[in-house]
Amino acid sequence: MSTKTATPTAVESQKDSSMLMQKRMINSNYDALTSAPETGRKVCSTFVPGNLNELIQCFGMINNLPETNAIQNAMRQQSGGMIQTAERQGHSEDVCTYVKADIGMMSKGNIAPNGKPMPNPDMLLLSYTGCFTFMKWFELLRQEYKCPTVMLQVPYQGDGEITQNMRDFVVKQLKEEVIPTMEQVSGVKFDIDRLRENMRRSAQAEDDLVWVLESAKNKPSPIDAYFGAIYYLGPMFTAFRGTQEAVDYYKVLRKEIEERIAKSQGPITPEGEIQKERYRLVVEGPPNWTNFREFWKMFYEEGAVVVASTYTKVGGVYDQGFRHDADNPLESLADYCLGCYTNRNLPKRVELLEQYVNEYEADGLLINSIKSCNSFSAGQLMMMQEIEKRTGAPGAFVETDLVDPRYFSAANVKNRLESYFQMIEQRRQGRMIATAS
Amino acid sequence: MKCFIGIDLGSTTTKSVVMDETGKPLGHGITNSRSNYDTAALVAKTEALISARLVLLRKALERDAQLTLAIDAILEGLERRFRLAQFMVQLGNLERLCSEKVQENQARHGESDLQGALDDTFTNLKVELAKLFDPGASRKSDFFRDLAGSVYMEVAETQADAHKVNQDTLINIYDKSIIEVENIPPQVDMSETFLTALDDLLNAGEIGPEDYAEVQRTLKAVLAIELEETYVVGTGYGRARLPFPKEHIRSEILCHGLGAHLMYPNTRTVLDIGGQDTKGIQVDENGIVVNFQMNDRCAAGCGRYLGYIADEMQLGLHELGPMAMKSTKQVTINSTCTVFAGAELRDRLSLGEKREDIMAGLHRAIILRAMSILSRSGGVDNELTFTGGVAKNEAAVKELRKLVEDNYGDLKINIDPDSIFTGALGAAEFARRAVEA
Repeated sequence: MSTKTATPTAVESQKDSSMLMQKRMINSNYDALTSAPETGRKVCSTFVPGNLNELIQCFGMINNLPETNAIQNAMRQQSGGMIQTAERQGHSEDVCTYVKADIGMMSKGNIAPNGKPMPNPDMLLLSYTGCFTFMKWFELLRQEYKCPTVMLQVPYQGDGEITQNMRDFVVKQLKEEVIPTMEQVSGVKFDIDRLRENMRRSAQAEDDLVWVLESAKNKPSPIDAYFGAIYYLGPMFTAFRGTQEAVDYYKVLRKEIEERIAKSQGPITPEGEIQKERYRLVVEGPPNWTNFREFWKMFYEEGAVVVASTYTKVGGVYDQGFRHDADNPLESLADYCLGCYTNRNLPKRVELLEQYVNEYEADGLLINSIKSCNSFSAGQLMMMQEIEKRTGAPGAFVETDLVDPRYFSAANVKNRLESYFQMIEQRRQGRMIATAS
Repeated sequence: MKCFIGIDLGSTTTKSVVMDETGKPLGHGITNSRSNYDTAALVAKTEALISARLVLLRKALERDAQLTLAIDAILEGLERRFRLAQFMVQLGNLERLCSEKVQENQARHGESDLQGALDDTFTNLKVELAKLFDPGASRKSDFFRDLAGSVYMEVAETQADAHKVNQDTLINIYDKSIIEVENIPPQVDMSETFLTALDDLLNAGEIGPEDYAEVQRTLKAVLAIELEETYVVGTGYGRARLPFPKEHIRSEILCHGLGAHLMYPNTRTVLDIGGQDTKGIQVDENGIVVNFQMNDRCAAGCGRYLGYIADEMQLGLHELGPMAMKSTKQVTINSTCTVFAGAELRDRLSLGEKREDIMAGLHRAIILRAMSILSRSGGVDNELTFTGGVAKNEAAVKELRKLVEDNYGDLKINIDPDSIFTGALGAAEFARRAVEA
């Protein structure tokens, strides 16, 4: 039954190209951040959903993403200690663990993943996109750093659509608050043509990213659109959207995937290529970061491939058609923030998941519900039941956490996943018998 | 004859079912789960094979034998004598291991009459424990450790005083030895023990010489039938530790679903409350699982919750249900945390609430939690089959009936006296189908 087949050469060849490139890019941003005191570049802390990277770059600033730092620390097994440090300072067990990992990191000398101290931010830019905790988080950071703070108020898509009024409201704030503060902090005058250039490059990279994500419609899928895609999203979701490096990266990645499709190859995993795709799943919710590989292994060992996920849309729902638009730069930035996955209402999220189950011909929907993330988790059971009803594909529910290692119970998660996979198999056989008779 | 065996290795007990080629269950076996899973599985399987022999013997006697005594009485006597012989083998092992520990103790701590105390303890134990197998005697448990343990504690107390040795030392010796005894694989020669048991019946005058000859002839024929272990399927929490290849292991969700379907073909919803998990399972008309939910992260509200409460109140597990049935008033108890429920219980007692009312509240708490899991799995459809150790508890059943009626209307609720074997039954059927297919 096991499809485990470690082919070290395959892993290496993957690492030779896009994987290594991606790693180099992420590391280079950490180096740019930690060398800011020497280079004199200004640091802007902001969040992945609704980040205005193209704009930040117009002012020569470097982007620092606290939730990405928490993820990096979790994957290096550092977040547990950081969270406990934050709890000693009085942050409750139930608070978002990204926040606590970040606060713990600050208390422990704010050491970046490259081992060097992270400079204090010169500016805090909060694009508020559906996560209430982000607001409280930046309040804590503002108190700590006492630097200029801008809150870009992004209206929630309560009715599931973006109105002109909402767009105008965001653009007005960009013009009157965000851009003037950036000019003031950086000492650089805003140049809209520079922004247009960045956005043109964004759109190019976005085209290739969408192509890569949609390649999972192939059978077998050449990619894992959840675990594997995390790596593909790194440049787009962090500091590289709008850069030539990102354009180049996604070209290389796309070429690699094209080759995989031509050879009918399955996704690459830490233990080699998946030889036989047995289950195609759609996943809702962020991954667990502290046990990322262990969690992934529970899937690839059983031949389960994720063909679409919503987490890979938190930094932009590009597969639904949105592109950064150089002809309408500010309006398009507004649309980008407004359209973020976490800023969508429940019916819209259900629609998206339903579309994924159908278009990617998935066997089912799995929800990884995050204990400390209410903005993602609230309503997920209702969503699951609705999708089951609409598509007939079975749903399953597991619970883990983002970066708190105490909330990953491997035995329970594995037990449930195995049951789920076997249930899919049994239903499939049941259907075959029913069709035959 | 071909036999198909299912083994359900649960957190508290290990169950086994032996099935014949037509899908009819022949025998059931149960034992307490212990640190050595291989032994637990082997004991449960051996027990199921013993029970299968008895079933075959009954059939053969019913078919051909001309007897004076009722078949029921003969089989009851035969099984009782057989169990006694098994029990005495284990008691012999216990005595040997305890003796070894006494020698070690003696070597370290010098002269005392520990060996004398132990010898007298066992002389008494053999007499007292044999009484448990007298005609008409009732046993509080089927497990050696429970029966031997409770009598040992009583006898050791008296003997420690008589021989002027430390009572705790005598009890420690038992505690260390019982674990080893349980991990010794079963050693009883089945044919020889059955035939000796029959001789014992004759010698005790429980059976006449004519019946004896008739039964002996039939018994020999039944013992000559080879019970071929054609295919074994394992399930339950410890399934990954079972000494089987992966194809022989099925998720307990699937096994419970199929097992419940075999017991009651009209089952559409299964509720299983086991030692550490509660499962809500929806099955179709073929017993195929279409959806399921389990408790998350925490086992409050499962069988162990009742075990903990029994310990807190210094009651036997089987005494909780009958006590709760005497309740006349509703007392609300939380079900969020087992340990907190213990504290709440003492608090209620100090406020003057009656034990039976508090007990009823605790049973209600468990079922309320189960109802939440059921609704998450898709609700309750007619018929509902209730399985697992907690299904034997009348107070839990009463609360379930009430809450199902309140929430879903007048539905048929099935509870089989052998419901604890549901998972093993499903596993046995999977074994049968694996060969059939």
